[in-house]
Amino acid sequence: MTPPLETRALAIGYRRRGKSDLRLGHGLELRLQRGKLVGLLGPNGIGKSTLLRTLAGVRKPLAGQVLISGSDIANLKPGELARHLSMVLTALPPPMLMTGYGLVALGRHPHTDWLGRMTPEDHSKVAAALRAVKGEDLAEQALAELSDGQRQKLLIARALAQESQIMLLDEPTAYLDLPRRIETMSLLKRLAHSQQRAILVSTHDLDLALRSCDRLWLMSPAGITVGAPEDLVLDGRLSETFRADGVRFDQRRGGFFLDPPGGRAIHVAGDSEETAWMRRAVRRAGFALNNEPGKIVVMRAQNGREPIWKLRINESVTKHQTIEAVLNRLEGQLE
Amino acid sequence: MSQLADKPALSGASLRGDWTRTRHSLTAQSERYLWTWIGIGGREFAGARPLLLVALFVALGLLLLLNLALGSASIPPEQILTILLGGEADHLSWTNIVLKFRLPKTATAALAGMALGVSGLLMQTYFRNPLAEPFVLGVSSGASLGVALVVLGSGAVGGALLAGLGLAGDLLLTTAAGAGAALTMTLVLLVAVRVRSSVTLLILGLMFGYFVGALVSLLLYFALPERIQAYINWTFGSFSGVTSAQLPILAAFVVAGLLLAAALVKPLNGLLLGEDYARSLGINLKRARIGIVLATALLVSAVTAFCGPIAFIGIAVPHLSRGLLGSSDHRLLLPGACLAGACVALCAAIIAELPGNNLVLPLNVVTAFLGAPVVMLVLLRQARGKL
Repeated sequence: MTPPLETRALAIGYRRRGKSDLRLGHGLELRLQRGKLVGLLGPNGIGKSTLLRTLAGVRKPLAGQVLISGSDIANLKPGELARHLSMVLTALPPPMLMTGYGLVALGRHPHTDWLGRMTPEDHSKVAAALRAVKGEDLAEQALAELSDGQRQKLLIARALAQESQIMLLDEPTAYLDLPRRIETMSLLKRLAHSQQRAILVSTHDLDLALRSCDRLWLMSPAGITVGAPEDLVLDGRLSETFRADGVRFDQRRGGFFLDPPGGRAIHVAGDSEETAWMRRAVRRAGFALNNEPGKIVVMRAQNGREPIWKLRINESVTKHQTIEAVLNRLEGQLE
Repeated sequence: MSQLADKPALSGASLRGDWTRTRHSLTAQSERYLWTWIGIGGREFAGARPLLLVALFVALGLLLLLNLALGSASIPPEQILTILLGGEADHLSWTNIVLKFRLPKTATAALAGMALGVSGLLMQTYFRNPLAEPFVLGVSSGASLGVALVVLGSGAVGGALLAGLGLAGDLLLTTAAGAGAALTMTLVLLVAVRVRSSVTLLILGLMFGYFVGALVSLLLYFALPERIQAYINWTFGSFSGVTSAQLPILAAFVVAGLLLAAALVKPLNGLLLGEDYARSLGINLKRARIGIVLATALLVSAVTAFCGPIAFIGIAVPHLSRGLLGSSDHRLLLPGACLAGACVALCAAIIAELPGNNLVLPLNVVTAFLGAPVVMLVLLRQARGKL
């Protein structure tokens, strides 16, 4: 079966007047499959947006082809392409006098006549798109009254109403708060799986991408590496791609952390909620964690009936009420 | 509790409430029926007020009649009706006044208003800028250069114009303005075919305007004061300069521009989301851009050639029609801007003539005096969250 989208020897980048082309990637053989949510990851300026725009037919490739269901995107008319491929962009549209329903209805454009008249079928498709994003309650509301997250949700519904097999999203979560970001990614995942869409989403939210995407396209100067998120973590390619001075990808914890500035390692004893947060605090303050009890140990203890923190540095033990007090003491001692 | 309260009120308030509800649902139904066949009755128009199009249409009819009825000579309304229906008036001069002066002036005002309102809407949507207006592409600058060259540059013709004589001077002025506008728009169209983004086009248009404006200033700087006055008179704008013979030319341009704009409603709606989204909705951006610039060129060059650079209508009317119709959808806004533009222009035409008085105010003074407060009111109402 032909995949909805694939590339053949694709080179992307910019043509520059009087200079050689600025190539952001070449020889790309990529493939989007139905029913999969694919995350596009890579450091800033590596060409994620350029890739998305080339895949969407907005930019011409420097070389090679983008195939939509087997036919070259260059040969597709705009209207035809819009029935195969829809987009959601980072930027939210400017204020308009329109309800949520009206915004989603714009997605029917490739299917309506020259005036954009909606048939009952179009209306049912719009309603279905709103249901899919759980945005029925936004239908009657004026766009001006909606939050960024709600508007982004409607834009995704708009792309759904377009009924395209392929959906490309360029950092759709950039302006959203964390709960909204999680909601959006899980929505995309649900849509990919339940509606058999091929969805490609570029994001800077590594943690979220690792948790929700079926596959990752990892973009680095060397090219694009494709694989399941976990495989890319384990073989070290993820940390290689994002390596920067002073920042380290922690394979175990699956996230980026500041390198501790060579200070002494601290052991936090215990395995409770409190000690987990103490570990976070110690890391945040820039100390390394030591898995074995060493010269500095922090533990949870009882002072009579009241729980307290006990901090042992070499042989001297101090007691503290709060995590902040422990950190202050640590910083004071290890200057 | 509320049920108890409702029961005794069967008569009076609740009956009234019932009636209001019935009336509302009746209006809603007839409204839906009325608009569905032109495709603006669906749920996507929730919150819009399409019925106001009918109100605007009625207002346009009234204003057309008022423009024919009012003027420095007072002619009884029934006489005007007789003249319009082809009958004989009591005085031959009345027939002359109505048919030779008031009718062309009224028609010109209506056509110019429609053209400016619609082209303003096209520019505001295409550039996604509420401050865009029909002249951002440099048309009026081109036209003013043409006029400035004629008025300030040529000795003999300039003199004739100054004397306020005759048709030949007016025609020359119109031709010069038209040539300047057409030349500018051809340049802008050539650029529009090549550029990729609307912002580039906007800035090029503005720069071109400044450049030509500088040329005009240079001409003004070296011109005789009387000639400058003649030039300034042109910049005030006027609906009265079009003769019945020229009217069909203006009408042809405006109708062509309006038809082209009507064919663009779908791309215009797509462009509400920005060029990238519009493209992803399957809109051929290049074709849309050329269509929009061409429609604006047809509308604005003709109006500027015949009436001078009429300010304000083009920027205010789109806001007015958005505020009135409560929608950003061009299937409503385009007829809305057309009707509202004509209404505003006709109002301005009446006020400029100051009925019952021989004084005539510059048109551009009136449009801004009249329009600015209205637009402010509409925008402030909108800002209070009234969709």
